[in-house]
Amino acid sequence: MTEISLNILDIAQNSVKAQATLIQISVIIDTKSDKMIVIIDDNGCGMTKEQLENVEDPFYTTRTTRKVGLGVPFFKYAALSTGGDFSIQSETLAGTSVKAVFGYSHIDRMPLGDINSTIHTLIHFNSNIDFLYMYRYDDQEFVLDTRVIREMLSGVPIDTPEVSDYIRDYLKENKEEVDKNQVI
Amino acid sequence: MKSLEELKAIREKMQGQVGFRSEDADQTRVVVGMATCGIASGARPVLTTMSDAVQKKGLQNVIVTQTGCIGLCQYEPIVEVMEPGKEKVTYVKMDSEKALEVVEQHLIRGQVVAKYTLSSTNL
Repeated sequence: MTEISLNILDIAQNSVKAQATLIQISVIIDTKSDKMIVIIDDNGCGMTKEQLENVEDPFYTTRTTRKVGLGVPFFKYAALSTGGDFSIQSETLAGTSVKAVFGYSHIDRMPLGDINSTIHTLIHFNSNIDFLYMYRYDDQEFVLDTRVIREMLSGVPIDTPEVSDYIRDYLKENKEEVDKNQVI
Repeated sequence: MKSLEELKAIREKMQGQVGFRSEDADQTRVVVGMATCGIASGARPVLTTMSDAVQKKGLQNVIVTQTGCIGLCQYEPIVEVMEPGKEKVTYVKMDSEKALEVVEQHLIRGQVVAKYTLSSTNL
């Protein structure tokens, strides 16, 4: 993957497939500890013990269309190669939480990339799922909670073009305010 | 910070004119592969471009959705166009520019863009 935001999209697709009704995504940049932390947390079907033990193995997959499963290994490798950390917690019927810690200024850290596009794509194409997205840069942060948006819309679908455009602008303007439009 | 208040205006504008999107028989489905293989080879901008273009052109009978891996990872990003009563067309190694061409030629004019299809490759 050429951007961490693509890893996030990929991992969140697992949550979609796990029939989650709420997916929480956090991107936290802390320049003092020189870390970038990404957490993807869902309330989906979770994994069995066997699946959890094997999920980091590229030659393990539950799908039948091919014999490899690279999503999680890619993400793990991207984090570990920056001197970071990677962990997955999962409980059957309760959900899964994936956490990746990157060395923020490490030369091998991929750029975050177009995270707004990842979040917007997830919300727009999974309009039946709620998302809680948090983006923090040091002590500045913003949150996008589709449950709040849904309530304010009272019945107007979240994938209506006007709403979709609004969410795109909301992500863009707030991210710029939080990270002062730096390349992350 | 952009406020959520703007949503109220959108709601007021949209309420009452929210029509039911009919899942009727003459609907064309455009499906973009969004598994690891698709995402890694650039499916995200293809999906966004397709969806935005269909919206902008007002193609009411076209629905753009995502799917997982269909087992042709080396040909990703893959876009499938399913028109009722016609054989499925599979476009391979797509990008945003090619996606726009497919919208213009195939979805609007009904001409399959043969040079990007799976059958044009030596499978």
